[in-house]
Amino acid sequence: MRWLRNSWGRPRFLPAITIVYILWSIVPVALAVLFAFNDGRSRTSWQGFSMRWFTGETGSVLHDPSLQSALEHTLILAVICVAVAVPLGVTLALGLQRWRGPGSGAVNTLMLLPLVTPELVMGVALLLLFLQIFNGWGLGTTAQAIGQVTFAVSYVVVIVRGRLVTIGREYEEAAADLGAPFRDRLMRVILPLLAPAILASAGIVFALSIDDFVITQYLSAGADTNTVSMLLYATARGAPSPALNALATITLVITLVTLALAYLVYRRFAGAGSAAEAATLGEV
Amino acid sequence: MESRWTWRFLAVPGVAWLSLFFLVAFYTVLCVAFGNQNTLNEPVPYWNPLDWNVGYALQVLENIWNGEEYLTVFLRTFGYVLIALAISLVIGYPVAYFAARHAGRWRGVLLLLLILPFWINYLMKMLAWINLLSPDGLATRFLDALAIDELFIALGLLADEGGWLEGQPSTLVIALVYGYIPFLILPLFAALDRIDQRQIEAARDLGASPFAAFRRVTLPLSMPGILAGTVLIALPMFGDYYTNDLISASTRTSMTGNQIDLFTRQGSQKTVGAVLTVALSVVLLLFMLYYLRQTRRADAATRT
Repeated sequence: MRWLRNSWGRPRFLPAITIVYILWSIVPVALAVLFAFNDGRSRTSWQGFSMRWFTGETGSVLHDPSLQSALEHTLILAVICVAVAVPLGVTLALGLQRWRGPGSGAVNTLMLLPLVTPELVMGVALLLLFLQIFNGWGLGTTAQAIGQVTFAVSYVVVIVRGRLVTIGREYEEAAADLGAPFRDRLMRVILPLLAPAILASAGIVFALSIDDFVITQYLSAGADTNTVSMLLYATARGAPSPALNALATITLVITLVTLALAYLVYRRFAGAGSAAEAATLGEV
Repeated sequence: MESRWTWRFLAVPGVAWLSLFFLVAFYTVLCVAFGNQNTLNEPVPYWNPLDWNVGYALQVLENIWNGEEYLTVFLRTFGYVLIALAISLVIGYPVAYFAARHAGRWRGVLLLLLILPFWINYLMKMLAWINLLSPDGLATRFLDALAIDELFIALGLLADEGGWLEGQPSTLVIALVYGYIPFLILPLFAALDRIDQRQIEAARDLGASPFAAFRRVTLPLSMPGILAGTVLIALPMFGDYYTNDLISASTRTSMTGNQIDLFTRQGSQKTVGAVLTVALSVVLLLFMLYYLRQTRRADAATRT
């Protein structure tokens, strides 16, 4: 086997380029996080560790009304988005999974379209929809939540359907053979088996909502409906202070903790074999 | 029979939601694009396709046809995206290849590190670079110490020392790569990871050199992943306006997304914005359909 190892030898440039890439992709953001803890206004020279931009008396995330309201609004939208997109996505996945024949192809395409449509196109479409047809609702929180749900549903469907394929139909057929009516099969067999995927998709939708920018911005109405992403966009070039880094750091931590929990839940309850499946969740 | 219809019934809320907020929304764009404007430049949509007014759309299209501003900006966008895709592939392919084939016991950690940037807020990535590339920023000083800024100036890729954030196409393209490359690497990784090692061993046993085995076995087998990943990041790049706003902040590097954003969200002429959105969608439809076909094929394969 020696010839194999030799001629398959790893070219040196592969690990080198990988390490450089990893450093390049992570160090800039790590520095942005670091400067959130700077004891000074500078974002380029280190003046000692401090929490002043998180909890300080002036200009901190805790005490600056615009930063605080952006964080709150981001989290409220994320909760609404999970509460609406997950049930819609789970039922759509169940419906699509058992739907063969006419119509199913079209619905499948409709479900996948939001995943491939550039967000700008969806943003313009939803903006015009809310200005021209639903002008009674107008722009703002409701419109933002609806916009986010519209692209988040597809992620839920893809994740839940993946799990439906893995668990197969045997359990449900067994329940049917034992005389369980439709409602019991759904509530007592299928949904418990789907629980890990439902929780995982909830985590992913939560993170997607927090990180969303284009659709949320297009459907916003004034400063009350600013989210963290929008605030970053509006002030990064103008008058940034390390408080902005602090705000971004908080949302980053929330996102990563949510995803880590979703992953752990999925791995714990969906069995070891699904770990790889869960690891590739990010791919959808 | 009971069950077949009950299952379909479960899909109703989701289908209704997507029909309303995706299909009807897009139909509204068409009605605005082919509608009229009042004296305040506010759109007056025509809801009946038979009434559609192609006048404004034609004016905008004429502007494109005659090589005026919209076309210039679109060609510029196309150029930026193409270069950004090429750079992303040149960096992303070796990284994905190493992670999938040679990472050994580091594979898990490496995969985690590759997924991590995927979930960092895009705007936060840009904020990080704005801090680093400001005139006294760490990256500016670092690049100055290595004389890379002088190299860029000599190559015509940078106008002034320390002016990385002042309307530089080179910075903009690199920022696009930075923002979107994680979304390319994961599909590449998946495609390379799926390749059966034995096929490459067979090529080697039959006398192919490592390079020939790569070129004639690995590369063709990873082609679906390359195409899918490239399309996946090309689509949002074509609809990007925020990278330019943040990294260049100059109309010299305006992309089509910036024009659409200016006319629609910022609101000067929503009708023109709608026409440009329709035009961009038509161009991108080909990519979208390709990606959908690939996804549905992969989907069908897992269902059987």
